[in-house]
Amino acid sequence: MAPVLVLAEHDAANGAVKKVTLELLTLARRLGEPVAVWFGAGSGDALELLGQYGASTVYVADGSGVTDHPVVPMVDVLAALVADVSPAAVLVPSSADGKEVAGRLAVRTGSGVITDAVDIDASGVATQSVFGGSTVVHSKVTSGTPIYTVRSNSVAPEAAPTTCTAQPVSVEVSDVAKKATVTDRTVASKGGRPELTEAAVVVSGGRGVGGPEGFSVIEKLADSLGAAVGASRAATDAGWYPHQYQVGQTGKTVSPQLYIANGISGAIQHRAGMQTSKVVVVVNKDAEAPIFELADFGVVGDLFEVVPQLTDEIEKRAN
Amino acid sequence: MKIAVCVKQVPDTWAEKTLRPEDSTLDREAPDGVLNELDEYAVEEALQIAEAHGGEVTVVSMGPARAAETVRKALSMGADAGIHVQDDALHGSDAIATSAVLAAALEGKGFDLIIFGSESTDARMSVIPAMVAERLGIAQLTFAQRVSVSGSDVTIERVTDYGFDTITASMPAVVSVVEKINEPRYPSFKGIMAAKKKPVETLGVSELGLDVAAVGQAAAWSAVEDFAARPPKPAGTIVADEGEGGARIASYLTEQKFI
Ligand SMILES: Cc1cc2nc3c(=O)[nH]c(=O)nc-3n(C[C@H](O)[C@H](O)[C@H](O)COP(=O)(O)OP(=O)(O)OC[C@H]3O[C@@H](n4cnc5c(N)ncnc54)[C@H](O)[C@@H]3O)c2cc1C
Ligand SMILES: Cc1cc2nc3c(=O)[nH]c(=O)nc-3n(C[C@H](O)[C@H](O)[C@H](O)COP(=O)(O)OP(=O)(O)OC[C@H]3O[C@@H](n4cnc5c(N)ncnc54)[C@H](O)[C@@H]3O)c2cc1C
Repeated sequence: MAPVLVLAEHDAANGAVKKVTLELLTLARRLGEPVAVWFGAGSGDALELLGQYGASTVYVADGSGVTDHPVVPMVDVLAALVADVSPAAVLVPSSADGKEVAGRLAVRTGSGVITDAVDIDASGVATQSVFGGSTVVHSKVTSGTPIYTVRSNSVAPEAAPTTCTAQPVSVEVSDVAKKATVTDRTVASKGGRPELTEAAVVVSGGRGVGGPEGFSVIEKLADSLGAAVGASRAATDAGWYPHQYQVGQTGKTVSPQLYIANGISGAIQHRAGMQTSKVVVVVNKDAEAPIFELADFGVVGDLFEVVPQLTDEIEKRAN
Repeated sequence: MKIAVCVKQVPDTWAEKTLRPEDSTLDREAPDGVLNELDEYAVEEALQIAEAHGGEVTVVSMGPARAAETVRKALSMGADAGIHVQDDALHGSDAIATSAVLAAALEGKGFDLIIFGSESTDARMSVIPAMVAERLGIAQLTFAQRVSVSGSDVTIERVTDYGFDTITASMPAVVSVVEKINEPRYPSFKGIMAAKKKPVETLGVSELGLDVAAVGQAAAWSAVEDFAARPPKPAGTIVADEGEGGARIASYLTEQKFI
């Protein structure tokens, strides 16, 4: 079976394998033999987990070269691997970095690229959910090595245990990669919650939350459900919640099992980031708010009444 | 300084977007076409940099005849000149061809900075800036929430999952911007009048030195097999809070096995 390269995304700080990586390995098994590509120092734990989900090999590209320059060193390594192992396909997560890696790799290897796939079948046909989820498209790469970016939470990861061996690869950073240099990384506080794009449940707050203090109500509900916290742009712009939690067109795209929107009106730019959530629950005091169009269950009411009651109920029922 | 801004005409943000049954391409006729929202921020950033450091701003767009309105819109905000790549052969181009066309239109003109929006509102691929940087072999500084120019260097803050990275490069460079970066200006009446007289060069594919057979739908390296409108979601249950709204959601979540 031909190898399928999977860019193994992991937490920049602690090296933990992201769930989307396991989803990509699951999809890759339909197309061939999944082989992971890891940027940074590998770890025993990561190796074991990748093997658990069917990766027989992980190519480890480590060294300052991959972290000192944005995006392009990953393209350099992947392009060399594409030439070496002639993979049946390359799968990368639909993150900002992932999409840029995919686009450049497509140009460099003379391949077609499909972004934001939510499924890929054994013949390589991808499913894309476009125009805010209103249209479902099936598409296929017709030239070169098919390159796909895949949205997180698109498929359930399935284990397929095998023994994974690490194979170091040399990193030869191209001259063009060296043209841009990362001089500083600013890490905003993270808290102990699941990552927004990977969480099964997302609880979001908008302008209706009224201020930074109001977000404690949202956080309590999130914690009762083991959820991630999201925010509308109105809330992040006002400085009530950090920017990296913004959901929407210019924030994160989330596709959780459950999305709870509190005090959010449902502007098209917000919807663009959450419209493919499986179940949507809305709390808003304005019955006319467009967000109700997306609601599976909605309550017209004051979030400061409804949300704390919901949190209490969840805690009661959980005990 | 010479600055280029790449802008795309897209269907109006609120318009319902559909694919055409005959060839699975976006219906660009039916809804109103507008300047891609994020590209307004790109134009604004270009104008601010030109105002602060001196220089000229050229708008570059690939699109059908009516995309000329979008080029004019950017000119009315204050850009100096336009390049409109317009050719029937381009219909149905994929990202590969689009990036090749834009790179050809930009190459050899001595631009120090080439500024993009970070994403279009129609196809939403977020790949074109990176692909153009790859083709031109120049630095890529994308997803910027801040751009600063100092001498021959440009530095940005790239929005990341965990916060932001500070990235620096010597010009020329490709930059893409997110909406946090600035507040785009509205064209003034004077700006609108002045835009009518600003030079816009309209170019075809062969004038860019590209082969017409290498662009458009037939040359695309990916193809749509089929598409379908997703059945609209059945209307949900909406209740008014009468003191038990939270409990009712909890019951719903229990039913749905979230609790
Ligand atoms: C280029 C561009 C990109 C953008 N990208 C994004 C993006 O990525 N994400 C995003 O979210 N937005 C984005 N926006 C902004 C978007 O257009 C909206 O302005 C924004 O989503 C509004 O946020 P909101 O719903 O929180 O606020 P509002 O629209 O002000 O809505 C607040 C809602 O809260 C309700 N409310 C108030 N008080 C209470 C209460 N006590 N209890 C219950 N309900 C209450 C109100 O009824 C109202 O419906 C973008 C805009 C542009 C131009
Ligand atoms: C629903 C849909 C899905 C698609 N999926 C794919 C796919 O999977 N693979 C594929 O190869 N093609 C795909 N296409 C075709 C693709 O949209 C076009 O090639 C498009 O021109 C580039 O993609 P984008 O608009 O998403 O660019 P983005 O990368 O999102 O655009 C970023 C920035 O690039 C600049 N820019 C983009 N287009 C132009 C332009 N024409 N003129 C000037 N500046 C521009 C703007 O500054 C813009 O803000 C798809 C099209 C549609 C409508």
